[in-house]
Amino acid sequence: MSGEAIVERALARLRAAGAAAADCMLIEGESLDVRVRDEEIDHVTQSREKVLGVRCFVEGDGGLQQATGSTSDLSDEALDRLVGHSVALARATAGDPCAGLPDAPFAESLADLGLSDPADHPAKAEDRIETARRLERAARAVDPRVSNSEGSEAASSLSTIVYGDTRGFLGSYASASHSISSMPVAIDGDEKQRDYAYATSRTLAGLADPDAVGREAGERAVRRLGARPVETCEVPVLFEPRIAASLVRQILQCTTGYAIYRQASYLIDKVGELVASPLVTVVDDGALPGGLGSKPFDAEGLTTRRNVLVSEGRLVQYLFDSYSARKLGAASTGSASRGPGSSPSVGATNLWLEPGQTSPEEMLASTGRGLLVTELIGFGFNPVTGDYSRGAAGFWIEGGEIAHPVEEVTIAGNLQDMLCGIDAVGSDLLWLGRVAAPSLRIARMTIAGS
Amino acid sequence: MDQSEGRSHTSLALFRDRFGIDDRCLVAGLDTALERKVDYADLFFEYTTHSSVSLEEGIVKTGGYHVEQGVGVRVQAGERQGYAHSDEIDLDSVRLSATTARAVSEGTAEPRSIAVGGAARPDRDLYPVSAPPTDLPAERKIGLLEDIDRYARRDSRVAQVMASVDAEHRHLLMTGSDGTLVGDERPLVVLRVQVIAQDGSRREVSAQGMGGRYELEKLLDPAEWQPLVDEAVRVATVNLDAEPCPAGTMTVVLGPGWPGILLHEAVGHGLEGDFNRRGTSVFSGRIGERVASEGVTVIDDGTLDHRRGSLNVDDEGTPTGRTVLIEDGILVGYMQDRLNARLMGVEPTGNGRRQSYAHLPMPRMTNTFMLAGEEDPEDIVRSVDQGIYAASFGGGQVDITSGKFVFSASEAYRIEGGRITAPLKGATLIGSGADVLTRISRIGNDLELDKGIGTCGKDGQGVPVGVGLPTIRIDGLTVGGTEG
Repeated sequence: MSGEAIVERALARLRAAGAAAADCMLIEGESLDVRVRDEEIDHVTQSREKVLGVRCFVEGDGGLQQATGSTSDLSDEALDRLVGHSVALARATAGDPCAGLPDAPFAESLADLGLSDPADHPAKAEDRIETARRLERAARAVDPRVSNSEGSEAASSLSTIVYGDTRGFLGSYASASHSISSMPVAIDGDEKQRDYAYATSRTLAGLADPDAVGREAGERAVRRLGARPVETCEVPVLFEPRIAASLVRQILQCTTGYAIYRQASYLIDKVGELVASPLVTVVDDGALPGGLGSKPFDAEGLTTRRNVLVSEGRLVQYLFDSYSARKLGAASTGSASRGPGSSPSVGATNLWLEPGQTSPEEMLASTGRGLLVTELIGFGFNPVTGDYSRGAAGFWIEGGEIAHPVEEVTIAGNLQDMLCGIDAVGSDLLWLGRVAAPSLRIARMTIAGS
Repeated sequence: MDQSEGRSHTSLALFRDRFGIDDRCLVAGLDTALERKVDYADLFFEYTTHSSVSLEEGIVKTGGYHVEQGVGVRVQAGERQGYAHSDEIDLDSVRLSATTARAVSEGTAEPRSIAVGGAARPDRDLYPVSAPPTDLPAERKIGLLEDIDRYARRDSRVAQVMASVDAEHRHLLMTGSDGTLVGDERPLVVLRVQVIAQDGSRREVSAQGMGGRYELEKLLDPAEWQPLVDEAVRVATVNLDAEPCPAGTMTVVLGPGWPGILLHEAVGHGLEGDFNRRGTSVFSGRIGERVASEGVTVIDDGTLDHRRGSLNVDDEGTPTGRTVLIEDGILVGYMQDRLNARLMGVEPTGNGRRQSYAHLPMPRMTNTFMLAGEEDPEDIVRSVDQGIYAASFGGGQVDITSGKFVFSASEAYRIEGGRITAPLKGATLIGSGADVLTRISRIGNDLELDKGIGTCGKDGQGVPVGVGLPTIRIDGLTVGGTEG
């Protein structure tokens, strides 16, 4: 049975069981994931998966009542059980005037965003193993001290997403991902340091050269040897692009409609105000051709689009799905995101901080004395207050040049102050995932160390 | 037939009756895998139901019911593992997956057939329940969440309450080429409460939770959930007055219970067999060396009754155990799954775990804790002139290779002149796993295990775990505050 037919069958049964409205999402996919460590294969994993998610609404006092369900067993019997459970559960939840399918017109014609190349599939294990071997060899060839590793991986997946609802929308698209990564370990005497490099693309042809990614991983591991803490101080902090992207993720966390109506964000009631340096512009756009977060329609069947969150430091808008938009008297921004079995929430599509004019080399040279952060660990961010404190590793900058590697320090501040304190934005925007940023420099943060 | 054998049988019967997976089918699947030259092959069948309800703004807006099922076939040849899985549970899928998985081995083998069913079944049941927790009617869970909301809002500073109840029931069948045939039936429940308190323009949040492998009814008892809600309201309102945290290296006292996440991050991951077999852990090759102060004994124990991190058998069918990792300061043991145990020439310790049938097992922790010392916790605080008392934490993370770890305080106070004084804003603490335990100077007599909310992430897989700690004093840990 086709994915569309499975979704239509589920919608029909939900209606027959008493649902006033419903939507369903089916994800069918296959994936291949290989890891090589030194010359030896570590693992080869292949999977075929499908999961059907349903959401149903029943009429209740004060609004629609909602429940969700999912199953990876698509037999008739399992579907009946799922429909029965979901409708019964919906009858038990509370009526909510904001619940329901979107009011906005659904996507009518689906753009081809180039999210997969049929020639890449099915992925061949031998090819992926050879790619992983190239990564691993390139990493270890950098320096004799790159003498161990956690391995190098190559993975490919292809999924078909089918979404339909009782308003009459039925759409599908294919979505592929190919990724490579390498995590070498550099050893010098008693000291061990690991680092990693990775790349992701919608097509094999678009994927970065494994030799270059492996080399980058090896170089990153070696340059960390000799790392030590620095003394506690307040200095400028430079974030390399892949680390700067984590700040963009935190901006998103504080600008979803859910964070706002739940009062779980320090950016409540800040639309129109300056919330960051004038150098900062943040955009989400789900319709970029080949984008790692692109999709022709969102998780409620609405066309994805370009949304500017922050323009030259000013907060322009929040991101909404239908529910959080209704809660706040706004309109969906086409930002609904969901796993197959859950209610929608708000997610990034392709989200980035616009690059500036300054090269990363100029940024370093003009820093004088400070910290370049190349890794962050831990979860020390509180979206309710903006308080920020995370473990960091990187390089000490002295006289505008790299002086020595640094580890076992924290960087701390408040996201509001950090974003307003951005005094340089690099020209080096780097896409490694759905969220991207160029190099950023924050004028002042507290470093805790020895 | 005792109860434990019965429960192993319950899962075996489920796969036989619902999916037609009988002994003949298991043998056929293994035989297919064994047509190549392999060291070990196994099949892992899973049928999991999950139910949840969640509340916000005073009403239960949604609930969910989910079914996850599938089979994974694994083949080991030397260091290599081939793995294939499918969400269809039938003989064709098992055979197809076995054919795919065995491709990792290049050598062919003489045909052989193994008999399953000879090996150990769990001789105990750590988490008997009278019915799957997913069966509890939604109305009772909804009533609980509504009660929690009303109870929390008795404090007028409470601006938001979010609460949820999650129940999971997992049937597993594991069989291997050594004859292992074992089933397990695993209940798991968790109640989570998050409170946002507001005073003027200042808002603070506290998230609390409790759970384990027990009946969902237990969570319905006000004597269980009221203290949890009290704690969420207390911490959120205390934090309304929190001052900026100092930055730098200082003496830190960790409270009992959940701060045991220190052990999980600082030493636990670094003592997992895979990193040590590869030699990539900061603890590789250090068995027999001093890695902690005298008096520090760290245990991983998967056999504690009803705990979130406990298992009758691990996800490779090996009975779980009590593994001493550090004994009186000396490193004595690693945690092993079958692959790494075989390659390192030791016995598996029952730590082979996986998120689901769609994942390869790895060495993982179960419940990891430090044994109690003899000191009165109040004396430990009194012994500190200037420092920080950290009562609770959010998440943590570690770099296995360098041993640098962090964990983030969600409730902390200044210690001044031996007394706990002002509350401090949350801050990340960072240290080095290879030496932090050598800086422990005092160990309290108040070992507590956490309330049953931990999920450990490794290589993209999440598994439920537990931690525990008595009050301890650490002389010199870097605190990532903002006040230099």
